[in-house]
Amino acid sequence: MVDEFWFAMEVLISGLLQGFMYSLVAIGFVLIIKSSGVFNFAQGSMCLFAALGFVSFWEAGLNFWVALGLALVMMIVLAVVIERVVLRPLVARPPLILFMATIGLAFLLEGLAQALWGTQPHGLELGIPDSPLEGLPVDISQFELFAAAISLLLVLALVIFFHRTRVGRALRAVSDDHEAAMSVGISLQMMWGITWAIAGGVALVAGIMWGTRLGVQYSLTLIVLKALAVLILGGFNSITGAVVAGLIIGGSEKLVEVYLNIIFGIGGVESFFAYALAMFVLLFRPYGLFGDEIIDRV
Amino acid sequence: MIRALHMRLLYSLALLPSALLLALAGSAVAVDVQDDEQFVPILIYRTGPFAAGGSGIMGGFEDYMSLLNERDGGLDGVKLVWEECETAYNTDRGIECYERLKNKGKYGAPVMHPLSTGITYALIERATRDKIPIVSLGYGRTDATDGTVFPYIFPLITNYWSQSTAKIRYIASREGGEDKLKGLKIVNLHLKHPYGIETIPILDVMAEKFGFEVTHLPVPWPGIDQKSLWLLIKRIKPDWVINRNWGVSCTVPLREAARIGFSREKILGVWWCGSEEDVVPAGKAAIGYISTNFHGVGRDFPVIQDILEHVYGKMMGNISSTRVGSVYYNRGIIFGIVTMEAMRLAHTKYGNRPIGGQEMQWALENLDITESRIEEIGATGLISPLKTSWRDHEGGGKVLIQQWNGTKWVRISDWIEPYADLVRDMIKKSAAKYAKDKGITPRTKPEEGI
Repeated sequence: MVDEFWFAMEVLISGLLQGFMYSLVAIGFVLIIKSSGVFNFAQGSMCLFAALGFVSFWEAGLNFWVALGLALVMMIVLAVVIERVVLRPLVARPPLILFMATIGLAFLLEGLAQALWGTQPHGLELGIPDSPLEGLPVDISQFELFAAAISLLLVLALVIFFHRTRVGRALRAVSDDHEAAMSVGISLQMMWGITWAIAGGVALVAGIMWGTRLGVQYSLTLIVLKALAVLILGGFNSITGAVVAGLIIGGSEKLVEVYLNIIFGIGGVESFFAYALAMFVLLFRPYGLFGDEIIDRV
Repeated sequence: MIRALHMRLLYSLALLPSALLLALAGSAVAVDVQDDEQFVPILIYRTGPFAAGGSGIMGGFEDYMSLLNERDGGLDGVKLVWEECETAYNTDRGIECYERLKNKGKYGAPVMHPLSTGITYALIERATRDKIPIVSLGYGRTDATDGTVFPYIFPLITNYWSQSTAKIRYIASREGGEDKLKGLKIVNLHLKHPYGIETIPILDVMAEKFGFEVTHLPVPWPGIDQKSLWLLIKRIKPDWVINRNWGVSCTVPLREAARIGFSREKILGVWWCGSEEDVVPAGKAAIGYISTNFHGVGRDFPVIQDILEHVYGKMMGNISSTRVGSVYYNRGIIFGIVTMEAMRLAHTKYGNRPIGGQEMQWALENLDITESRIEEIGATGLISPLKTSWRDHEGGGKVLIQQWNGTKWVRISDWIEPYADLVRDMIKKSAAKYAKDKGITPRTKPEEGI
């Protein structure tokens, strides 16, 4: 009985820690939606691009921190190029057009990443063991604890940035009303560039964390699959929502997958459970758990 | 005006990467085939999540053909030409590629290598109607081994059921004999996909025959998160885990096993989970992991040395030379050897000229690649002998076991025989059911239906 309890706890804790990994990806989406209302289909491709760049710099013999800095600079340059080439010409176009542009961007980044750095998977070891902590009744991976800490730090930094800095407040103003923000002298282009650069940085962190688990390879683009459900559940424009929803989805899907298998012998539900849960919540909270309710004047 | 020019310049810059990609994919350009040249279609995936496998295998295949052209002046004097078509491992694109390439060359495509179980399934009826052999070497539909029902489908060398029985034979040898299988717990961790579920029936039959307990755990696509499955595995406490995944889903179990302390030496992978690309991303967690294979690895084969000299020495290699000798690359060489040996056989009957689909079908049903012929090719230890018939489209069935030592795959077994009788019976039953469902009258002699 005691064993059963600890097993259930291990399933739950593993799921919660996995939820942080989902949140890492979801935050990248939220950032761009918050500032520009654009759903960035290319977020997964940005994770791949960033991680492949980083690991290639590192494998080329650069110091870890230099490679990280270089990859960050690369993502900032990429953000500027995206703003200039993709977004600026589409200012004032409907969000759907911008969304379509990010679909094109996703394929472009994936192809470019593979053309520049090849199709071979790369191993990535950060030196943090992916083995259980000793002395606990449940197996909790040290690496997953580290990833969770990174997620929390990232969220904290972003919350402070958005609420305590001038640029952050300007970004929120742009998010609330583009035209009003522009009328008080906020540069829309500059804000978009900054947001995409931050999202690029988040993609780099997410790409490295996931790349350590999966290897840095094309499949990193698939990590967005669960992040989408997290977005729906947490609300498209809430960083806090992304974290809370990540935890809910991570914990619940693991419990459901494991216990459906044990009790009924049914497996493989994990892939769609997150979406089913998100859709169910949408019935009661159409903007997600933490999303801002949109009220249009008519 | 200036703004318009500015925008045009920016858009041009944006298009540059696309142009670069097209330039890099130069080999995908359509080729003109002369009447006296042998056309070979190449269905490949250089993009997408499985690009490492697609580019490695077909890269090896193309290099082998380049070797024959460069070293021998073609195959029996017939120059080999080929054209790539990118499937991205998508079934719909695979069918499109098949249709695009099937009529190319004077005699049309002699053979198709779909390089995907999904595409193979989708092409069975179409290719049979078009009389173009489908060679699914080491993958595809297992019961297509029965040539009486599937005259144009060739799961050559070894099919998934043979492999599964060979795995159990290997486990028995590790445990101390077949009698020690009784009571063992084996988890079949498989992708929830036609390819993944293909071996469930044979494992169930084997479990009943030998008295071990098998638990089938499906891995939802794309398999990047298998945490809950490994928590279940921890609870089941199996003696062995079969890793039947593909791409990144092959790598994830190694990390998860390390996390729960499950020995990697007790994880036995399918050959599609036994490449360098599967283990390198897992780092130290992969050390000790074992997998099946149906060919040798490394560069210590005369044929590989010839490729390095005649192909890479002339800067004509298809992929990075560092990949030469890797698992996927050598698999491509095997694809090349088997296909070219069949064509060579067809030349003996039809003359030294380009070969068409029906002629190739005859050759594939009469292949006999002996140990001495393998030595002549320079591939001793790289490939096992192969002998097909109009009834048996597999022709071998032997597998070997390899282990990852942290830097390379090391062969740790001799060729292992499958439980051939068991597999044959199941294939017969399954093919008969397929024939009944599809209204096919099985052939009773080789000439029928061709």
